[in-house]
Amino acid sequence: MNIQNLVNMANDMSNFFNSAAGEADAPREIASFITRHWDPRMRSQLIEHGKSGGEGLYPATAAAVKLLVPPGPRPA
Amino acid sequence: MQSLNLHDHGTPATVGASVTLDIDGAQVTVPAGTSVMRAATLAGGAIPKLCATDSLAAFGSCRLCLVEIEGQRGFPASCTTLVSPGMKVRTESEKLTSLRKGVVELYLSDHPEDCKECAAGTRCELHQVAQDLGVTEVRYGRDGANHQHSKVDESNPYFNFDPSACIVCSRCVRACGEVQGTFALTIDGRGFASRVVASQDEGFMDSECVSCGACVESCPTGALTEKSLMTLGQPEKVVTTTCAYCGVGCSFEAEVKDQQVVRMVPSRDGKANRGHACVKGRFAYGYATHADRITKPMIRSKITDPWREVSWDEAFKYAASEFRRIQAQYGRQSVGGITSSRCTNEEAFLVQKLVRAALGTNNVDTCARVCHSPTGYGLKHTLGESSGTQAFDSVMKTDVMLVIGANPTEGHPVFGSRMKRRLREGAKLIVADPREIDLVRSPHVQADYHLQLRPGTNVALINSIAHVVVTEGLVNEAFVAERCEPGPFQRWREFCALEKNSPEAMQAVTGVPAALVRGAARLYATGGNGAIYYGLGVTEHSQGSTMVLGIANLAMATGNIGREGVGVNPLRGQNNVQGACDMGSFPHELAGYRHLSDSVTRELFNGTWGVTIDSEPGLRIPNMLEAALDGSFKAMYVQGEDPAQSDPNTQHVTAALSSLECLVVQDLFLNETAKYAHVFFPGSSFLEKDGTFTNAERRISRVRKIMEPLAGLADWEATVGFAKALGYDMPYTHPSQIMDEIAHLTPAFTGVSYEKLDRLGSIQWPCNEAAPEGTPTMHVDEFVRGKGRFYVTEYVPTRERVNMRFPLILTTGRILSQYNVGAQTRRTANVEWYDEDRVEIHPHDAEERGVVDGDWIGVISRAGETVLRAAVTDRVQPGVVYTTFHFPESGANVITTDNSDWATNCPEYKVTAVQVVKVAQPSAWQKRFRQQNEQQLELLRAPGSHTAG
Repeated sequence: MNIQNLVNMANDMSNFFNSAAGEADAPREIASFITRHWDPRMRSQLIEHGKSGGEGLYPATAAAVKLLVPPGPRPA
Repeated sequence: MQSLNLHDHGTPATVGASVTLDIDGAQVTVPAGTSVMRAATLAGGAIPKLCATDSLAAFGSCRLCLVEIEGQRGFPASCTTLVSPGMKVRTESEKLTSLRKGVVELYLSDHPEDCKECAAGTRCELHQVAQDLGVTEVRYGRDGANHQHSKVDESNPYFNFDPSACIVCSRCVRACGEVQGTFALTIDGRGFASRVVASQDEGFMDSECVSCGACVESCPTGALTEKSLMTLGQPEKVVTTTCAYCGVGCSFEAEVKDQQVVRMVPSRDGKANRGHACVKGRFAYGYATHADRITKPMIRSKITDPWREVSWDEAFKYAASEFRRIQAQYGRQSVGGITSSRCTNEEAFLVQKLVRAALGTNNVDTCARVCHSPTGYGLKHTLGESSGTQAFDSVMKTDVMLVIGANPTEGHPVFGSRMKRRLREGAKLIVADPREIDLVRSPHVQADYHLQLRPGTNVALINSIAHVVVTEGLVNEAFVAERCEPGPFQRWREFCALEKNSPEAMQAVTGVPAALVRGAARLYATGGNGAIYYGLGVTEHSQGSTMVLGIANLAMATGNIGREGVGVNPLRGQNNVQGACDMGSFPHELAGYRHLSDSVTRELFNGTWGVTIDSEPGLRIPNMLEAALDGSFKAMYVQGEDPAQSDPNTQHVTAALSSLECLVVQDLFLNETAKYAHVFFPGSSFLEKDGTFTNAERRISRVRKIMEPLAGLADWEATVGFAKALGYDMPYTHPSQIMDEIAHLTPAFTGVSYEKLDRLGSIQWPCNEAAPEGTPTMHVDEFVRGKGRFYVTEYVPTRERVNMRFPLILTTGRILSQYNVGAQTRRTANVEWYDEDRVEIHPHDAEERGVVDGDWIGVISRAGETVLRAAVTDRVQPGVVYTTFHFPESGANVITTDNSDWATNCPEYKVTAVQVVKVAQPSAWQKRFRQQNEQQLELLRAPGSHTAG
């Protein structure tokens, strides 16, 4: 997947949750939203992007990415 | 001409205390306000009539329904005389018969003599009355002046007007005004010269007539007659079914002869449409038998190969083997499917079941992704349920309508007419829309406020409205205290009160004068029952979900929820958007909007389906396309959906579709997506199958088979066949069994069955033990989620910005005569009203560019370029251009971008920065499109391929 698109999507969540949930809770809300709505391959890619410096991630998004749990092995 | 099934009571029903009177010696009890005519028919009698029909207010012009009333002089008209306690009415007497005969003779003296020539035949009410009264001769002769040589108006593609058969009863004129609200017809002239004319006597086609057909249905003679009736003759039977166009979900009586539809007549007891229809539902069903229909399954190895016609079995086996090959090679998650909002609930349910159970993935999505997915998110989180809160009838108790980003008279025309009726009764109207839509100003309707905001600033506007509510003490404190969570409300209140959200501060963003916002906010909050109606102008934005949250916030804050006349009402675009969403079509939810992480629900499905459902969410449509481009997604089953035309950034979509190794498309026609397909399953129209649709008010209505599927299988049967070929049995023999399974698995549908639908006509979910006959109004005593939840909705500008290179904002919408991608309506005579997409541009912007009406203009965005014809109009504001997307060659979505809603990925169709220039030739994309289209049609026409024609 195009990583820039994933970064944009995650950053857009940060725009919402920073105000809706408050800056302290935003990372948790973003991480929860991604976990509940994103296909594991997208989640994995974002986690990897975070590990490699997280270029372009807003602060709340970057914090959220650190909270993401890598998906387990998928059924073959 | 009325429906074959109709028992017409002559005047409308009323509600009131009981009144008992005597009619022909029998005691009759009816509500106060009932006419004597209606009371007599309710008691089983029948008073002759011509100008009366129960869809219209009494008029009292034909003088046929005269009765005798004890204590009253003369012979009052029973249609205009209301019942009173103890009244004694006589409906038959020698004198009354004599008077009625005299009237009928006068009518017949200027009416075609031979009813065999008339398409109305024995259903002509005038001839029926004459027969009932025994009038066989006309004493006046036919030699005097008459209207028998009047020219027939054949201009409308669906009906003729023959003035020689017209009795000038005004039913058509009144239907146009009272029911449709267009007021296109009038009686011109006086006395003998009186005649029905359209607009300024321009003929129907050139007039303001919107071809809803209410006049045709109301005509008691053959003066206004459907052309189909003239061609096909009188029907043999009537089947009640549901329209397959917009989210209003009108109920129709399909009059059928030899498996052909002769007429579609809206059901007067249809709870969604109350006896009304539009030009699409009533007339534009001809696509179902259009020559372009593909009626044989087809396969091909590559999209550059000719199509090869095969048996259903071979098509199933080929598709299944390809999907299994791809899963073996690229992994289980490399495939997916899309359910259709144009198919039935049962069909949507089966497609998602096939994907989850047979393919073992949650990569399933539905076309609501690109329209109302933010509604699901926003309303679920605030109110607790992903649906509108009201019945359509509720609008008749509304005092203030707030219409945001919706154009009901074009997109939901039957409900638009209901709104107009209520507005004529005195309800107030606020329109928030960048364009001057019809509701802003039309005959007998004028919006009290038109908040003509800049596209993309909805959230700024709703926040400034909320600011007024919060800071001017307009919050319904008692409602909020009792019904909503206090903490989130307090945070929302503090946020809204911030000066940055005031109308004055936001004026620079929205472009709406602060005084108008303040006035509108006060009106909505204090004007009585306030109801919000919204459409894709709310959802199709980068902040679509935020705006839905904002709308729900506003309704809760003002206590406008939980009773008739109020509520939050998304106007759904397609006939079964609500249903497709309800059926578990989203990749993260099972039927009834239950998240995959809910292990109890998952176990229920696992047990019923005999599989283990993956607990991880699947890919959404845009994610599938992205994954196709990166090589991790290789096969897709698309039922009744056309992303190559309907989804944004066409070139991105077609590149993704081209990269699939197996694309299965199930559709009536070789749509744009099918041109990239390897397997084609011929679809079945709504006339060819049984099932249910769920409309925008959560109303589940039956779709009933009128003709056998042209391709031999209904869509649900094809999905069953495909699943079987994949090794997963779905042993249904009728869609009612699928609904039984849905009811078993889905709490809001527990009480739904075909038997109950047949008995009640339709059911609004939730329908369960607590509400065995359904739920017209939701959240009455408490919200579905318990307490209502407010959300802070910060305005965040879209990243799609105007600049020197792209100085205008393009926004998109629909037109009355066409429907979405146009696959259906383009194959009907509706093209006579609208045969190409045009770009509306303000005179100022047009003049700056040297553009005049009708010029070809290039519309260039960051995503692409297309060329369309200009329509210069001040309906749009300076700086904004507007187009529709009904014709594939227009390439409206070549210019829309990949921007999408933060929560749902619903595309931001409504905001695209563009430049407009005058040009002389099609765009490069359009040239490629034409070439590719021609190539694909050649491959379809190759030997072995087959269409209905």
